[in-house]
Amino acid sequence: MNAFLLPLLGGVLLGAGASLLLLFNGRIAGISGITAGLLTPAKADTAWRAAFVGGLAVGGVVLALVRPESFGPPVISGMGATLAAGLLVGFGTRLGSGCTSGHGVCGLARGARRSLVATLTFMAAGALTVFVTRHVLGGVS
Amino acid sequence: MKAAVMAGLAGLLFALGLGMGGMTDPAKVVGFLDIAGAWDPSLAFVMAGALGTYGLLRQLIVRRAKPVLAKDFPAPPSAMVDGRLVGGAVLFGIGWGLSGYCPGPALVSAPVGGATVLLFVGAMLVGMGVFRAWEVLRAPRTSSQPG
Repeated sequence: MNAFLLPLLGGVLLGAGASLLLLFNGRIAGISGITAGLLTPAKADTAWRAAFVGGLAVGGVVLALVRPESFGPPVISGMGATLAAGLLVGFGTRLGSGCTSGHGVCGLARGARRSLVATLTFMAAGALTVFVTRHVLGGVS
Repeated sequence: MKAAVMAGLAGLLFALGLGMGGMTDPAKVVGFLDIAGAWDPSLAFVMAGALGTYGLLRQLIVRRAKPVLAKDFPAPPSAMVDGRLVGGAVLFGIGWGLSGYCPGPALVSAPVGGATVLLFVGAMLVGMGVFRAWEVLRAPRTSSQPG
């Protein structure tokens, strides 16, 4: 029961955060897009982007204090694998114009076919990667 | 100023939702993607809760003439399904499956998750920068629309 109730409540909270950003700022809560926008200097909308990302980080600190079990250890710790994964996530989310939040939540909720294709694709690629690393290679560190 | 405060609050709520839902536990994410193994479906409930909440509230919000603190709502982005969309989603999916981190949970974990998460976030920002540079070099006169 709790195993599903907590994720459901987490999802509701996350959806509320995305709704707040749309209601007040008129912006889509796509984390990769919001973050990437910070890398382009001298943009008029740097302040809200920085505040949103700052809010994410503050949320991490709050969670670490009140619910430390929210954070499991990394599944990969090797420098090469970590660097490769980070580069793929950064480059891939920009090339595909969104990630789990922008396509997977906001885009799907809007009924965008583009976001449905992106979400199915990154889920399939993720599942295939886990299959290969866990069941074919027997684990990647 | 007000807009930044509300964006910060939205980010905070979003982070608490990700953490409560289990998205900041990479083993849980990999377990969700591990269909052939001991599949952990709980993260589908995060998605359901988020989609239900945002889907419903969004309907009400976009009935307004404009957002509370901004001039207008975002125009619907292009509906085009192309190689970039699919190729980008494939690359992202591989990195996600490898690490169990997508951008949101990685940023939430960054201040508290230790050296590996920091390295991941650093590499993610470099990857975004590389994309930007690649785009500028390819098409010097068009700018990208971050979404």
